Amino acid sequence: MEHFALWLAAFLTLGIISFLYKDNAWYKLTESIFIGLSAGYWMVSLFWDNFYGKFWVNKSESPYLYVGAVLGLLMLLRLVPRIGWISRWPLSFIVGATSGLWLINYFSSNIMKQIEATILPLFSAQFGSGFDAGAAAIIGNLVIVTGTFSGLVYFFFSKEHKGAFGRTAKLGIWIIMITFGASFGYTVMSRMSLFIGRIDFLLSDWLGMIL
Amino acid sequence: MRREIPLLITGIVGVGFVIQYFIPHAPFSYMSDWFSDWFSIIGACAIVLGALNLMKISIQKVISRKKDWGYAAVIIASFLLIVIIGMVEGKDFRVPGTNFDWLYRYMYIPLSATMFAILAFFVASASYRAFRARNFEATLLLIAAFFVMMGRVPVGDIITGFMPEGWRLSNLASWVMNYPQAAGQRAIMIGIGLGIVSTSLRVILGIERSHIGGGE
Amino acid sequence: MSTRAKEILVIIMIVVFSLVFYFRKIAGGKEIIFSNLVAWVLIALLVLSLGLILILTIKGSLIGRRVVFIYVGIVLALPLFMPFTQKITISPEVRSLYEAVEKLPPGSKVLVSFDYDPPSAPELQPMGESFIRLCFQRDFKVIIMGLWPQGPQQANIAIDKILEDPEMQARNLRYGEDYVNLGYQAGNEFVIQRMGSSFKSMFPSDYRGIPYDSMPLVRNIRNFSNIDFSFNLSAGFPGSVEWVQIAVDRYGVELGLGNTAVQAPQMYTYLNSGQVVGLLGGMNGGAEFELLCDYKGKATKFMLSQSFSHMVIIAFIIIGNVAYFLGGRKSALKDK
Repeated sequence: MEHFALWLAAFLTLGIISFLYKDNAWYKLTESIFIGLSAGYWMVSLFWDNFYGKFWVNKSESPYLYVGAVLGLLMLLRLVPRIGWISRWPLSFIVGATSGLWLINYFSSNIMKQIEATILPLFSAQFGSGFDAGAAAIIGNLVIVTGTFSGLVYFFFSKEHKGAFGRTAKLGIWIIMITFGASFGYTVMSRMSLFIGRIDFLLSDWLGMIL
Repeated sequence: MRREIPLLITGIVGVGFVIQYFIPHAPFSYMSDWFSDWFSIIGACAIVLGALNLMKISIQKVISRKKDWGYAAVIIASFLLIVIIGMVEGKDFRVPGTNFDWLYRYMYIPLSATMFAILAFFVASASYRAFRARNFEATLLLIAAFFVMMGRVPVGDIITGFMPEGWRLSNLASWVMNYPQAAGQRAIMIGIGLGIVSTSLRVILGIERSHIGGGE
Repeated sequence: MSTRAKEILVIIMIVVFSLVFYFRKIAGGKEIIFSNLVAWVLIALLVLSLGLILILTIKGSLIGRRVVFIYVGIVLALPLFMPFTQKITISPEVRSLYEAVEKLPPGSKVLVSFDYDPPSAPELQPMGESFIRLCFQRDFKVIIMGLWPQGPQQANIAIDKILEDPEMQARNLRYGEDYVNLGYQAGNEFVIQRMGSSFKSMFPSDYRGIPYDSMPLVRNIRNFSNIDFSFNLSAGFPGSVEWVQIAVDRYGVELGLGNTAVQAPQMYTYLNSGQVVGLLGGMNGGAEFELLCDYKGKATKFMLSQSFSHMVIIAFIIIGNVAYFLGGRKSALKDK
């Protein structure tokens, strides 16, 4: 069985890789298997992890969960065109809950905390510790403060980017370009890593050429 | 009824979560807990809806013998295969050694991992074809990418091994990531954050209604 | 020869090649390692061929995308046969994560969230393995969960691998007492939000259906206030951003991150603001952490391929740019 399993896995792996040559029947077959398995995986996982756990294991402790179940069933009514509009109710719940949670989370963590972290002592390791930061840290702190500020100025499109404002925005776009460059470098790193994983399967697990 | 109730639900639930942050005590804490549990169930149903919809489209394709209907049949067969095995296995379907685990290890992993892994080739091709130092901004982008790509792998330090400690490519890459890169990311993060906050507010107040079918 | 005949020929060659090496493996064939000489010759050939591509590109014809694909395949595969070792430098963000874990006393309860699926496993699986291994070595209690359905299954694969090690077997680790896998729950960030008040409500049972209260390790864990440290392995949404926003900023959890390289740059903002204690970014971060843990895992093994691939990508960028400038900034070069 293990031999069959390894050859099957290799067949599927090479089928997807064959797309690099051109779109072909082997690729389409493997792609279709992937789509079906993927959807099925979610179904099984949700049934046992979510529904079973909440409505069988824990049923006596949380009767209010049935309200969620009703809303969930209303969501499935989207499959019935005549009464599909009812699915807007649970959809509104999802949108409302996400909006409520995100409003606070993003305001707190991604705006306020970030502004707080940008208002920092430029020449000290921390507030009140005197002039004890090293040259790299001082330059770094200056870059953080000016970079964040100028980057935000660049994103402010309600005022024309001219004069001092325009020069600050220009600095902002430079900082953002460095950010994109670093992100590109990391993206390359990530993509290469993923394929190394597949090569490892083919050469190690399947063909035993490497350990 | 079709518009008012959804707007009311959005508003009440949204405001509930906002209030719960400031007053994390009963009854608002209960409200947040209940809403989170319901969200989990509705979210699961939404995913089930997606899977069922995929089946509906695939079955229609097979019945009407549309182009490539054979692949739609493969989608249905593989879907049924994993669902039936998963249901038969029971709650411990993930335990190593089960048939479901076998499907996961020898079919799902190779397919999903390879599907995304082939992006490596397209990134390389794009680097060769499109990554040009056309102006100062693009040059900055290239230089940052160079420092990070070389500094984040051991070969960078081998090449700059003659430099004193602290000035090698790994140190420069660390500096780029921790300062200018972090500053740019922070500006983007704050910008996106402001966008999300304003959109959330519009949704909760009922100004933004696209999720219930627009403002008609 | 027609294209179809060539395609069939290539498939036959692949099948024959595979069969030969597969039977060699079954017959107990050892791994293949190039000698230093062969490795250097291959590197020289690679450099020379890149030089040839440079000349071709300067002359005005871009090489076909399939040639680039073949180069990528070669530079990722060949280093796996090479005998070279590289010195890995530890970056501050990786060291700070390790130090934060080292400070924890034995018996600490560590929550590890596996928020990724198989595509990101080459980057995140080695991090998960080395982190959980370190936790077991330090006698921490490990609670595993996932915001992605495949996460708990990836965790099982990691645990299986860790327990193959005789050193770990000697520790006689017991499920339910030393580690627990709570499984997956739908709801994205709302799962974390709910765990702020009750773990049990979100995870009534573990991934096998064992009720929460019947597992000694988690029986007394009510919410985040009973967790000493949390580590999140993330490949996107839901993941690190949500853990920072809710678990850290609302409930005061001490959090370390292991991210795919695509996601890692964004996390430096949270690192800089002190919202997370450390960060492992991509396979390189995993390799650095393995070095700190004194464990030679897959991330370390793959770093040579990673180095080679980065150099070749940079070479391709340089070739493209040289041609762009020498060709009077006309990049309308034809694709073969």
